[in-house]
Amino acid sequence: MLNLLWLQSGGCGGCSMSWLNAESPDLITSLAAAGINLLWHPSLSEDCDSDFIGLLESCISGQTELSILCLEGSVIQGPNGTGAFHKLAGTNRPMRDWLAELCQVAQHVVAVGNCAAYGGITAAGGNPSEACGLQYYESKPGGLLGEAFTAQGGLPVINIAGCPTHPNWISDTLTQIALGDMNETELDKYYRPRSYTDHLVHHGCPRNEYYEYKASAEKPSDLGCMMEHMGCLGTQAHADCNTRLWNGSGSCLRGGYPCINCTAPKFHEPGHSFTQTPKIAGIPVGLPTDMPKAWFVALSSLAKAATPQRLKHNALIDHIELPPEPSKNKRD
Amino acid sequence: MTNKSRRVVGPFNRVEGDLEVQLEINTATVDKAWVVSPLYRGYEQILQGKSPLDSLVYVPRICGICSVSQSVAAAQALAALTGLQPEPNGELATNLILANENLTDHLTHFYLFFMPDFARDSYREEPWYEQAVARFKAVTGSASKHVLPARAEFLHLMGLLAGKWPHSLALQPGGTSRAIESGEKARVVATLYGFRQFLEATLFGDSLESITSLESEQALHRWRNQFSPTHSDFCHFLHIAEQQDLHTLGRAYDRFMSYGVYHNQGQALFGPGIYDGTSQQHSTLNQSAIAEDISHTWAHYNAQAQHPFNGETLPSLDNENAYSWCKAPRLDGQPVEVGALARQVVNSHPLFLDLVNNSGGNVRNRVIARLVELAQVVIAMEKWAKQLRPKEPFCAEFVLPNEAQGFGMMEAARGSLGHWLTVKRGKIANYQIVAPTTWNFSPRDSQGQPGALELALENTPLRPSEIGQEKKNPVAVQHIVRSFDPCMVCTVH
Repeated sequence: MLNLLWLQSGGCGGCSMSWLNAESPDLITSLAAAGINLLWHPSLSEDCDSDFIGLLESCISGQTELSILCLEGSVIQGPNGTGAFHKLAGTNRPMRDWLAELCQVAQHVVAVGNCAAYGGITAAGGNPSEACGLQYYESKPGGLLGEAFTAQGGLPVINIAGCPTHPNWISDTLTQIALGDMNETELDKYYRPRSYTDHLVHHGCPRNEYYEYKASAEKPSDLGCMMEHMGCLGTQAHADCNTRLWNGSGSCLRGGYPCINCTAPKFHEPGHSFTQTPKIAGIPVGLPTDMPKAWFVALSSLAKAATPQRLKHNALIDHIELPPEPSKNKRD
Repeated sequence: MTNKSRRVVGPFNRVEGDLEVQLEINTATVDKAWVVSPLYRGYEQILQGKSPLDSLVYVPRICGICSVSQSVAAAQALAALTGLQPEPNGELATNLILANENLTDHLTHFYLFFMPDFARDSYREEPWYEQAVARFKAVTGSASKHVLPARAEFLHLMGLLAGKWPHSLALQPGGTSRAIESGEKARVVATLYGFRQFLEATLFGDSLESITSLESEQALHRWRNQFSPTHSDFCHFLHIAEQQDLHTLGRAYDRFMSYGVYHNQGQALFGPGIYDGTSQQHSTLNQSAIAEDISHTWAHYNAQAQHPFNGETLPSLDNENAYSWCKAPRLDGQPVEVGALARQVVNSHPLFLDLVNNSGGNVRNRVIARLVELAQVVIAMEKWAKQLRPKEPFCAEFVLPNEAQGFGMMEAARGSLGHWLTVKRGKIANYQIVAPTTWNFSPRDSQGQPGALELALENTPLRPSEIGQEKKNPVAVQHIVRSFDPCMVCTVH
């Protein structure tokens, strides 16, 4: 059995709430399947107070083996580097200091969510709480533990980035660890599990036909592609949200709103309004991953010239008025 | 002879976020309590200078459990900037999405957060203990196996109507960004029916209509006595509540407030207002009577409590009287209790007027209010779903003004949530958030009045095994704390 300890600091608890949405199997079954013993989780466990603090001490002393340490939420360093913006209840001690000690003894350290990985939303604006990630501050290596950190098991902090994380990203990563299948080659440049970041949100997007013909949405609830005007970053965002759906059949794009690239470091400060595409001379600044600008411009103008009336029309309304016609060439 | 001692208890888990409570104990009872919200992140500072529409990205991320509530409050505040009315479909879809979150939270609270405390070792000697362990023990009890799949399937409504949960951008000032078609409406109706079946078979052991038609404490008692104590989880709770006198625990001011919620064609399913349990009087709610006091908050000192439009958020450790990052909101200078029980009494539900008249706001009544709300709101959701009109608009167009003020006031699962927004030169000049648990778990104010939980904890009895145990967190304290269904990440934000 592997012992899992799950802690929270400067975040919203949304990754835990999302994890509770796990289906087929539910999270208790997936933990059992992986042979993971839940030492403690804030939403699920019975222990609190001295029992819980005793557990932390027992992990630090090595009496209890800490196989996997998950942190949800940013590491809080403020005000003025004191960590006093989050002292762990009942201990009068900055949570940051507890985390630093526990990370040293854990076999694997997992940052669940963009906050724990890179600072996330909590580090937005002027970053009033001096939030950072466990091993990154935004896209810069460092964070609480420093660039050189590796956990006892030999790996750096595994960053299950997302805001929130899909329940299966968590369950699958934990199971990979339990099976002994997690190694450096399974992680991308920002130490995110490649099981979901080798994909783009664009893959499987139901608006792909609108994208191909540059039939663009202009306001919330329009059916068209949201890249040109509404800030959608699905063509650049590393995640499988449109092939591994959320809450049964959903995703951000399927919900009628743009992808904000929440698996990326620093997604929380795009430098412009989230739901408006910044443009230079009418051309979106952020182009699809791997696509040379000249090609994009050429293809877009070609595509726009060829846009079927059906897509042009449906793109700007919230339900399909012109359905695709059955092909006339085929025999009955 | 008195024997006073001070205990610091926490962290509390099975609340959302981190929480510490300091208790002054006089031998076998709690004399006084101080509630400490130990985490500060600074959302109100983060929002300053942002594009107002970007609040729809930031504010749901205040909280992973009240995420949609934060979005709805923000969307209302934005709509109020221009007086925009959402499309009727958008209003219905917003109600469905919000109800989906609020009811999910009630379910999570009852099964995962609240009931597991009855499986604690402290109750080992009680005759009902073994059955409570089998059903409600954290992680291993049979209930979690039943509830997690039902919860996840109910949240499929989010996949259909809001893209995902938590943290959806579907909630917009003019309605929702996801117009559903007729086949999807059918799926919403079917998903709701599945959830109704779960509630009727597992939680209530009776039809939802039987639960909503209970009109007095006596009727509730009669209903419960038809069945064995473990006939359903609601019966199971009522049985334990009776055995442990949970109606005698955790009484606060009995002054209840609700902002009202679930508007549909000009009517709210739960209306706004104030109900004073002591005088049994209803009164109207005036938002201008709300002010936040920071006399005991780690913040730059300001003697005057401020209405949220004038509120500032400037954290500071220099305030010597402070013991929490939480501000102390007051209505006309008085602390109030918010939550499901408040919604019911403000809305004059006869069962809850009777329960509160008999025993006030307390652990048992707060839990019953949540469970009855589950039944009421599922019935309402079924109606809203059927009223959706595919092929008609879901989202009215919103044009952002350069200079304006607006507020959004609504009910999250755990009570009244308000956002107050000032826009200057097209950017957010001030954004103040007063969350449900900010009301319930506020620290003392400049008059020395404790917050609702602080008062509710006074006179709490300890169990014999807890007396003199410095490190023990009295189990009654835990019931009282969790009976408010606190959300600490919203509290301070």
